[in-house]
Amino acid sequence: MRKQASVVITVIFFLSLTFAFYQISSSYNYMENKYDYTNPINESSANESVPQHYIKDTKNETGAINVVTAIVVEYRGFDTLGEVTVLFTAATGVGFLLYNLYSRKKNKREANLILREGSKIVLPFALLTGAYIFIHGHLTPGGGFPGGSVIASGFLLMMLSYPKFFMNEKRLSVLESLAGITFVLIGLFGLIFATYFLQNYLNLGNVGYLISAGIIPLIYIAVGFKVGSELASVIQNLKEVQE
Amino acid sequence: MNGVIMASYFTVASLLSIGLYGVMTKRNLMKIFISLSIMDTGVNLMLITIGYLPGGTAPIENANFAKYVDPLPQALVLTAIVIGVSVTALALVLLIKYHSKKGTLEYKGGMKW
Amino acid sequence: MIEFTIIAWVMSFLAIASALYAIKTKDLLSAAISMGIASLVVSIMFLLLQAPDVAITEASIGAGLTMAVFIYAIGKTERWEE
Repeated sequence: MRKQASVVITVIFFLSLTFAFYQISSSYNYMENKYDYTNPINESSANESVPQHYIKDTKNETGAINVVTAIVVEYRGFDTLGEVTVLFTAATGVGFLLYNLYSRKKNKREANLILREGSKIVLPFALLTGAYIFIHGHLTPGGGFPGGSVIASGFLLMMLSYPKFFMNEKRLSVLESLAGITFVLIGLFGLIFATYFLQNYLNLGNVGYLISAGIIPLIYIAVGFKVGSELASVIQNLKEVQE
Repeated sequence: MNGVIMASYFTVASLLSIGLYGVMTKRNLMKIFISLSIMDTGVNLMLITIGYLPGGTAPIENANFAKYVDPLPQALVLTAIVIGVSVTALALVLLIKYHSKKGTLEYKGGMKW
Repeated sequence: MIEFTIIAWVMSFLAIASALYAIKTKDLLSAAISMGIASLVVSIMFLLLQAPDVAITEASIGAGLTMAVFIYAIGKTERWEE
């Protein structure tokens, strides 16, 4: 009885979603015209839509070529600070809840030869790729969040191939705290040297070069270190716990 | 209507429906979390698809292109994915504590919904 | 553009098939792995929708870290659903 009711509810949900998506996608022509909207009376673009403003003015306002990076760090930087705080709270909760169950097992099964030797070769390139991704976040696709997760995946590979691989918890938490403090301090310097929190007060430089876009690369490097160390410590906590 | 948009909207509707069915009918807590994770992927794909403009390119400034997709949903989804994995890890840790107390993962209460 | 449409439909059916298998099977380990396959396939759809930043993140987190977290948790609890 309940199974049939669930199937009926699921089918109704699917059909209504399909109808809603059909309505949304048939209004694409309208949206496309709206992207080029200018006020016909005084020829000003004060009423332009938000994506149009981002695409047109990001290069002049922030100096970053990648618009997604400019939005994450510059236009909505305070929101990113909140997201990083959520990440920190979740990692702390994992460590806190597993405190009683935490112990290192003595005898674990070894991985096979190909995984062990291959991970030795792959790990430096994984770390280098992650660092490249978060340093060049304002020029190419990527940034702190993808770069940090690539670094955490590299450490996951080491944990899979060497069961005794262990990262120092204290050093990880120190690194994570330093990255968080750097983020907040850069924002507070904006309050001191300029007008508001997280304002881009440095010189924008040559647009399109590595050293440009003011505080965006600095903040994204801090975010990359923070995300990488937090995700690695979460996975290590989950791996080392004993039932 | 563009074929890529149609395919991704079909994927979104299917993933959300499959996840909803799993959450409603399964009694194993790990299976419920797997269903919620599938729904998470579907919601991210929906946000990206709404911001897509047919014929546009990725929002990285280039003199050769004139039309770009909407960058704002991409910025939101970028952080939402990272938050999703940490919240999933916290939920699974609670699940491990539950299993060490009760010895099972099945929900054996009365009415599920 | 017809090749993009074909790739998008193939990826769509792969994602739906692996999600259905993840719901249907009684083996939780297979369910976690097919959920990771669905995330990996969806990341290719992100690339087709012109979102390369999101595609990098989803490929490394959805297919790598989420699956690893689930597999470690299944190893600490139990593998088979009743």
